[in-house]
Amino acid sequence: MLRYVVRRIVWGAFLLVVVSALTFVIFTVFPSADPAALRAGRQATPELIAQIRHNLGLDKPLYTQYWLFLKGIVLHFDLGYSYQNSVSVESQIFTRLPVTLSLTAGAFVIWMVVAIPIGVISAIRRRSLLDRATMGAALVAISAPVYFLGLIALFLFSNDIGVVHLLPGAGSYTPFSVSPWRWFTALLMPWCVLAAAFAAFYARMVRGNLIDTMGEDYIRTARAKGLSERRVVARHGLRAALTPVVTMAGLDIGILLGGAILTETVFNIPGIGRYAYDSIINSDLPAIEGTVLFGAFFIIAANIFVDILYAFLDPRVRY
Amino acid sequence: MALLEIRDLHVSFATRDGIVHAVDGVSLSVDRGRTLGVVGESGSGKSVTALTVMGLTRLPNATVEGHVLLDGVDLLALPGDELRRVRGKRVAMIFQDPLSSLHPLYKIGWQIEEAIRAHERVSEKAARARALEALTEVGIPSPGDRLSSYPHELSGGMRQRVMIAMALVLDPEILIADEPTTALDVTVQAQILDLMRALQAEHGTAVVLITHDLGVIAETADEVAVMYAGRVAELGALVGVLDAPEHPYTWGLLQSLPSADASREQPLHPIEGTPPSLIAVPSGCPFHPRCPYVMAVCPREEPALLPTRPGHTVACHLPVPTRRRIGAAVRAPNARA
Repeated sequence: MLRYVVRRIVWGAFLLVVVSALTFVIFTVFPSADPAALRAGRQATPELIAQIRHNLGLDKPLYTQYWLFLKGIVLHFDLGYSYQNSVSVESQIFTRLPVTLSLTAGAFVIWMVVAIPIGVISAIRRRSLLDRATMGAALVAISAPVYFLGLIALFLFSNDIGVVHLLPGAGSYTPFSVSPWRWFTALLMPWCVLAAAFAAFYARMVRGNLIDTMGEDYIRTARAKGLSERRVVARHGLRAALTPVVTMAGLDIGILLGGAILTETVFNIPGIGRYAYDSIINSDLPAIEGTVLFGAFFIIAANIFVDILYAFLDPRVRY
Repeated sequence: MALLEIRDLHVSFATRDGIVHAVDGVSLSVDRGRTLGVVGESGSGKSVTALTVMGLTRLPNATVEGHVLLDGVDLLALPGDELRRVRGKRVAMIFQDPLSSLHPLYKIGWQIEEAIRAHERVSEKAARARALEALTEVGIPSPGDRLSSYPHELSGGMRQRVMIAMALVLDPEILIADEPTTALDVTVQAQILDLMRALQAEHGTAVVLITHDLGVIAETADEVAVMYAGRVAELGALVGVLDAPEHPYTWGLLQSLPSADASREQPLHPIEGTPPSLIAVPSGCPFHPRCPYVMAVCPREEPALLPTRPGHTVACHLPVPTRRRIGAAVRAPNARA
């Protein structure tokens, strides 16, 4: 088990290097705006741009640029400084992490609380009106893109442009430490919008898994023992049906911690996703590298975590 | 009155392809300490009959008619929660594949304790002690350690022993065993059958043994019911049915058995054709399309299950002397020592 974990971590570190190299190559190979020109502002003299380019190290050969970047990360855990405003990328990401964490955690709670009961009930009352209605709604929710759903939500419920002035609109994020209530109300809409597609997907997954599980021989055994149907479903059916759901949830959380770009952009939430979006717009390579690496780190970490967790959830799994 | 009496049981399922008549007028009974062997091909209705006794065919698409009397009480008429109290407590069941029949994610001890606590209010400690006792009784080595094993950590034979321990831990009056040895090695099969016999002798349990294996029936049953297309074709004492079989389907089953003393060149005689669809059951006698002795009356009229001698009933249109003559001829080359 320990050997397995160590092997996975080494492999994960290697993957991060590959990801950083790919990001760098994509950024430098594909045409993008000149960061030095962007920073110099309008009507900049060629001398100023050259000066800025030299200051940012953009006049060095590409492999030197990448080498310096990689060395900074490995030796000092330093993601470099933004081309845009010379602020350390690392500090930017860590200030924004609690924001993304708030968004992810709230959405996760909502989507699980919605998905599991709906999935279970529609699995047990299969082909009932409720099953058909919820699964139909789930299909709509899965198909609706976040930016569409987000804009509709803002248009309907935000207290500036909304039809009903119900909740704070875009750009109203307040840290929990400042005001828990405002934190909550500002995030409620983004949580629901982000959770919608996940809730729908998970409800379908819980339903499908539970239907499969309830057809297993050991469910027949549980019934033959004289257990109540409630116990058969809850202790025997769900226990097996939820194991893959837990795995999936771990991976999805990992992805979201890297930044829910669409949701954070639509609602103008200052999280990692919003930072990634801004840094792409500004051709800010260190910030792009930083956010991509951060996202990749969470995805790889979530993968390792889920694989280890699985061994605890299913005794048949051994490494 | 017999301990368990199934009277004129009909079970059908509405499916997308049509109505499946899985069980069509079956009457069977078994008494304390006795073993009823139910034999037939897949789709003969033997498993559905057993599941119906347990109330496990109470599905939205199922229609169940007839009576299942346990000590005179009709289980089919019981409401769900009262039937639940019978299930596992008075009538227990074990299944074909012990690996898939045990929950893969729970420890064996927990699964046995759960069976106890479903019916009795006992402390965790007492339940554990009884689970241990049950595992010891079915001959599992180092039963104390096995309590905290998962099913996948045991061999097939050990798993079936666990299933038996779980079924018998509440000392039920009836044990229904649905193909209990089919998924096991031949040597393990014999051990499991011996174990079931020993436990039955000790507890006086009535056993309904469902199998497609006439060899298993010959070793364990007191009475035999041969089922075909959801009906009983022949029913009687073991000796009567195996030594003087009177139904062409039973002859077919016996002839299709390989025998150890026959020469290798002697071909096996499978029954021609395939078991009928239970959606479109053949008219008259359901066996007539496969029967080598088919007569004009067979497709028209369904033969009634009539006594041919004391304690032996057969559903066949053939004249009794003909049946006896052919039955004796069928039996002779295969006679057991």
